[in-house]
Amino acid sequence: MSEWKSRFRALAGHRLFWPVVVLAVMLLANTVYRPGFLAVQMRDGHLYGSLVDILRLSAPLILVALGMTLVISTGGIDLSVGSVCAISGAVACLYISKQPDQDSLGAMFTALAMALGLALVLGAWNGVLVAVIGIQPIIATLILMVAGRGLAQLITEGQIITINADPYRAIGLGHFLTLPLAIFIALGAALLIAAITRRSALGMIIESVGGNAEASRLAGIRSGRITFLVYVVSAACAAVAGFMITANVSSADGNTAGLWIELDAILAVVIGGTSLAGGRFFLSGTILGALIIQTLTTSVYAMSISPQTALLFKAVVVIAVCLINAPAFRAKLVRRKPGLPPADVSGDQRKERVPA
Amino acid sequence: MTATQLTIGRGPVRLPRRHIPVLATLALLLVMYGIGVSQYQAFSNIQVVFNVLIDNSFLLVVAVGMTFVILTGGIDLSVGSVVAMTAMVSASLLERGLPAGAVLPIALLIGPMLGFLMGCVIHFFDIQPFIATLAGMFFARGMCTFISGSSIPISDGFWTSMSQTRIGDPRGNFVSISVVIAFVVVAVAAYTLAYTRLGRNVYAIGGNQQSALLMGLPVGRTKIAVYTISGLCSAIGGILLSFYTLSGAPLIAVGMELDVIAAVVIGGTVLTGGSGYVFGTVLGVLVLGVIQTLITFDGSLNSWWTKIVIGGLLFAFILLQRLIGIRYK
Repeated sequence: MSEWKSRFRALAGHRLFWPVVVLAVMLLANTVYRPGFLAVQMRDGHLYGSLVDILRLSAPLILVALGMTLVISTGGIDLSVGSVCAISGAVACLYISKQPDQDSLGAMFTALAMALGLALVLGAWNGVLVAVIGIQPIIATLILMVAGRGLAQLITEGQIITINADPYRAIGLGHFLTLPLAIFIALGAALLIAAITRRSALGMIIESVGGNAEASRLAGIRSGRITFLVYVVSAACAAVAGFMITANVSSADGNTAGLWIELDAILAVVIGGTSLAGGRFFLSGTILGALIIQTLTTSVYAMSISPQTALLFKAVVVIAVCLINAPAFRAKLVRRKPGLPPADVSGDQRKERVPA
Repeated sequence: MTATQLTIGRGPVRLPRRHIPVLATLALLLVMYGIGVSQYQAFSNIQVVFNVLIDNSFLLVVAVGMTFVILTGGIDLSVGSVVAMTAMVSASLLERGLPAGAVLPIALLIGPMLGFLMGCVIHFFDIQPFIATLAGMFFARGMCTFISGSSIPISDGFWTSMSQTRIGDPRGNFVSISVVIAFVVVAVAAYTLAYTRLGRNVYAIGGNQQSALLMGLPVGRTKIAVYTISGLCSAIGGILLSFYTLSGAPLIAVGMELDVIAAVVIGGTVLTGGSGYVFGTVLGVLVLGVIQTLITFDGSLNSWWTKIVIGGLLFAFILLQRLIGIRYK
């Protein structure tokens, strides 16, 4: 009996335990409400179903959240990703819409390269502001968040650019090996980032910069360069997400593309257990967090509740997950039940908080 | 305080270093106004200034609340949604026939209550202000649509009279009652920050929370208080907005928190906390208002230029704060 108890405690102590429970509860609630929820059908050689939809729609959020995880693990934050999504989508769509043959693969790759290049420049701008000039990340990226929306509208001239290009649409709606292509793009990015950060020292270096940039610099790590790098990576991820968002609807709207995706991405990162104070990051947790957010959105739509009212549920989930994960909250719960061992308040969580 | 202020310049005019951002904002405001007057004849009409005040009175009140929060080194993302929620609640209660005297206190209580709860979550459970107020933002915005999916008009006598009363001189220049209320809020806030214990505590926590705690200042109480104050200011802002638009709409004031934060930063308040003035925030709001007026007067520039200019100004002011070496963490 006590063996089971201790096993459960070890399991519940795992950082992914509560996010997985929340996701499972949401999937269960959906299945109870709509028995056909879990069904996946094969049609025209493609898989269809709510689960596949959730995966496909969460692909942009996963991409943005992956970049955000790296930024947050250095103790920063990137508010500009939504604007970068809008700008990159707008540039790509604008270029394709000017081509005589919109279906040409060459045109698409030129468009993607141009937009990605611009996004890298924007990421470098953020990186310079934070790493070289030393401006606080939240405010440095706020500049591009506000101005970037204006730039995106400037690029589209306030219009919604619609395109009719099959290869571009494939980024958002295409299929590969029976599953939507977007899932593979997100998965590929996740594996690439995981491989680079966890199979080399880079991940640990990023965490050490987040833990203490000055100490890392004295230890021989080029802190400034690492900080610069994560903002560039974040902007690149946001650009690819921007391609997906615009390809989903075959049009670029500077006003709404990627609107508020930065908030969702930060939420996904926090739900996944990465502390906003920096110093640690969990890519698997982030992906789980993004899936939770998308499942919540999809299930609320499925229950035909308006998307705005869905925010109520989001607020509840955010607070619940954050409270469960907060060491202070756990400690308070534990004090009331003396039978349980003291909550795990590890060093990184005791670190002094950054503003905002 | 004044004895230890750092000063620059050796001439007869010695500027306290902490006043430079505010003075820069003032100079910018005057320059922009000067450009407007020199370019457009109608700009010199004093009513243009009054219109800027009328159009931005609610923004001003909300920005004052945000100044308190940012001075402690926190941030409040929920303000835009709370403004919308307050306007929605008042509109829907008035629609059900409640008298204005009953609606006002209810509407004014909701914002501070939400602020108080967010403050408690931030203080007791050590949740980041960013995340706690983000949840508050989602909650308040969700409540708006929960109350009604579409805009509710207000036809109450008190509301329409507040909206239409003009206070002005015989030549026809006027301000609305909202402007007067906004300036009362500004005056109370400036007094609180400068001359009360609460105000001193706010600056102390923003300067260094650890030191404030060791000095025995009530850190927790003050932190909860600033989020409650911000909630109250958002609620007042929501009421002013409902005076201005005479309706409650679920999607009004989306993204307003960005304008508010931008105004506070342009007004010279440092985002890490501990340094800034309510007067600077007033100037910051006026700068945003004058930019909008200039772009409207020009006619050939599109509305998105507003965002680009605000972004550029943010950049310039942060760079300025950096250059004059105000303490950054």
